[in-house]
Amino acid sequence: MFDSLSARLEKVGSSLRSKGRLSDADLDEALGEVRTALLEADVELSVVRAFIAAVRERVAGENVLSSLTPGQHVIKAVHEQLIEVLGGAALKVTYAPQPPTVVLLAGLQGAGKTTTAAKLAQWFKSQGRQPLLVAADLQRPAAVEQLRVLGAQIGVDVFSEPLDPVTVARTGVARAAQLGRDVVIIDTAGRLSIDEALMEEVRSISRETNPHYTFLVIDAVTGQDAVHTAKAFHDSLSLSGIIVTKLDYDARGGAVLSARGVVGRPVVFASSGEKISDFDLFHPDRMAGRILGMGDVLSLIEQAERTLDPATTMDAAQRMMSGAFTLDDFLNQLNQVKKMGSLGGIMKLLPGVNKEMRQAAANVDDSQITRVEAIIHSMTPAERANPVIIDGSRRTRIAKGSGSSVNAVNQLLKQFDQMKKMMRQMGQGSMPQLPGGLNKMAQRMAAAQASRGEALPEGFDALARGMQSAPRGATGGPKGKKKKGGRVTPPKGR
Amino acid sequence: MIWWIGLLLVAVVVTLLVVRRRRRRVRPPVLVPERAPMPEILVEEVEAPPSLAEEPSFAQRLSSSRSLFDRVRSLGARSELSEDQLAVVEEVLLRSDVGVETTNAILARLAESGAPDGVVDALRRELRASLDRPREVRREADEGRIPVWLFVGVNGVGKTTSIGKLAYQETQAGRRVLLAAGDTFRAAAADQLTQWAERTGADVVRAEEGADPGSVVHDALGRAQAREVDLVLADTAGRRVNSSNLIDELAKIRRVADRGPGQVVETFMVLDATTGQNALSQAREFLAAAQVSGIILTKLDGTARGGIVVAIERELAIPVKFVGVGERAMDLVVFDPDVFVDSLLGTSG
Ligand SMILES: Nc1nc2c(ncn2[C@@H]2O[C@H](COP(=O)(O)OP(=O)(O)OP(=O)(O)O)[C@@H](O)[C@H]2O)c(=O)[nH]1
Ligand SMILES: [Mg+2]
Repeated sequence: MFDSLSARLEKVGSSLRSKGRLSDADLDEALGEVRTALLEADVELSVVRAFIAAVRERVAGENVLSSLTPGQHVIKAVHEQLIEVLGGAALKVTYAPQPPTVVLLAGLQGAGKTTTAAKLAQWFKSQGRQPLLVAADLQRPAAVEQLRVLGAQIGVDVFSEPLDPVTVARTGVARAAQLGRDVVIIDTAGRLSIDEALMEEVRSISRETNPHYTFLVIDAVTGQDAVHTAKAFHDSLSLSGIIVTKLDYDARGGAVLSARGVVGRPVVFASSGEKISDFDLFHPDRMAGRILGMGDVLSLIEQAERTLDPATTMDAAQRMMSGAFTLDDFLNQLNQVKKMGSLGGIMKLLPGVNKEMRQAAANVDDSQITRVEAIIHSMTPAERANPVIIDGSRRTRIAKGSGSSVNAVNQLLKQFDQMKKMMRQMGQGSMPQLPGGLNKMAQRMAAAQASRGEALPEGFDALARGMQSAPRGATGGPKGKKKKGGRVTPPKGR
Repeated sequence: MIWWIGLLLVAVVVTLLVVRRRRRRVRPPVLVPERAPMPEILVEEVEAPPSLAEEPSFAQRLSSSRSLFDRVRSLGARSELSEDQLAVVEEVLLRSDVGVETTNAILARLAESGAPDGVVDALRRELRASLDRPREVRREADEGRIPVWLFVGVNGVGKTTSIGKLAYQETQAGRRVLLAAGDTFRAAAADQLTQWAERTGADVVRAEEGADPGSVVHDALGRAQAREVDLVLADTAGRRVNSSNLIDELAKIRRVADRGPGQVVETFMVLDATTGQNALSQAREFLAAAQVSGIILTKLDGTARGGIVVAIERELAIPVKFVGVGERAMDLVVFDPDVFVDSLLGTSG
């Protein structure tokens, strides 16, 4: 069900590969798949329609590169269109010549405004600014207290008074000016877009404080409602941008596209965890990949970059590919991987891995890993370096030493051997038949990598080449689409 | 036993290769946003052309989607449904977050059965059949044990508020209620629950931030026993479902709540009606970890229709038991499938 779009598109019109141009029927079929994928990613129906129309236009005029299947051709267009919609017209935040720069946060209940306020304050701090937080959510019990605790954690003062929200916001801004703070972030209560009284309240907060920037905070798991909400808040507050939260969830996050599409203002920040530091500028390319079901690869890569020790892992990788991989390496590797999180979690990030495999991985718990480790630990160093010497009696000893059955030892050794073979094969540039959708996964990784405009590493290249439907054209990567530099718009007039 | 390890290692190799290449190309890796010069520019890119093809007509599209529900109503009786009719039905379902798969299943059934009494009735019948399961709420535990309601869900869906509302209802009905502040993670979560306890006259047991949630629940059961409490409502921290640590922690809390004097008689998954397709994955994971016995669908007072529960009930057979319709103590009602279906179809009132 969560099979990603690229897999679906592989099936479309592959027989018509040589025609050089997509037939209408081909295109309809492909775009039908795109529609389903976008809807499953929670993109709103009207936005889906507009998006499909744009992709159709993009594809129709072009000649199909002979190196791409029609499906790949469409996915390239979809990806480009996504990047364009998500990334176009980025926001330029400048600071008010007359401080403080006022930032107003608004959104539905439970979207994550309060946490976002603290994260944003920390971000401004890291930019060398001195922010003040204003707690104007007097609606939800203990919301002010929550912001105070968070403020204390990051060393940012929090202003609030048990008055009405409009007064608190206005006084907060004045207080910031007195204290010489250059940024004020106003947290407001969550509200429904159809709650007229509360919408009027936030409008008057906006009138009274004249924010330079008003951000809508929106939850990445939001469904079709995203457009109603985004539109209503935009109509009321004239948003300058969007902040998306909960990107650490396993949602595709199509709501971001919906909100972006209907508001026409950029997504500026992305929040991806409960820790204050889980906050960054929004990356349109990552989001595009995610909506298409390729983005998880990117977060896997990032996670790997954060947690793995490059020297030892590189070493191990090289040995894996050359076939000199030992059980010691295996242990080390297992430890490294464990640092990245649960196996089930990692497996979830791998695209194309089939459901059975995913479920099997999800069912693996730490005790099973511990058991495997115990078996290996019960071997002598010589045995670990060269498992071939492990004969029957050694097996019995190892089984006893680790408190497992001989059968378990046998199985581990057998599978280790198979694994080694597989890896050596890969190192030599041929593609072994991998279980559980792994071939697909490798292919998907290739596509994701290419979608970032990066060439594939040699070993990987071979991997992709070894496959029937490898995205050949993708290995070159799309032409650099990064537009940089340019105008700086002044902050919105007050 | 370990074929998955092989798979994993291959995955790691692939990852490493990619990482290695990236390290070579992108150097140094920018992990934190660079400090910009002043006046600073956070994001600097040229404006791109307006990107959605039909952006201007958006407002129209939205309003047309509203009249869509009227169109549904006006569709006449037919033994066979036309493409047009099916398209309208599809649109209604998709816009309510019912999801592609469930929508297609319903469309297939409609196409098959036809609509002798009109499309609306046929659709209503079909939806109603998806929601046809028992929804009693269990308040009694076995002899000598204390009934516990456990509340689980992702961040910000309304767990604590729903507890406050139910505490209000139950105390109004004359039961002694104790709240266990099992969210020891989020800042001021216990304060929030304590305020609800004060509002409703329920008792509350709380601990420091960062304390073990299991021991809070344990202490709450001790207190409940001493004070002859009728019902314990246990809050938990909001958690994402793609973290096995967080999900394991929840399973542990449930075990503690279901031990000794305590007996978990209901585990409510609280679900925000604005949630899209991710709700299915939430339901699946919480069901596996905490044996969810019912859903509380919150924020139905907004513009979201909460159609994903149709998919959840069909696929996972977890019944919706309560519905949240506001932020006040009385804004919680028992789920009524007929009312819900009418609101999905826009045929109510
Ligand atoms: N409009 C509306 N708002 C609601 C409803 N239920 C809860 N809320 C609001 O949603 C927000 C989040 O509710 P909480 O009860 O704090 O949610 P939670 O699940 O306990 O959140 P965490 O503990 O942070 O994970 C609050 O502002 C509530 O007032 C509802 O039915 N309708
Ligand atoms: Mg809570």
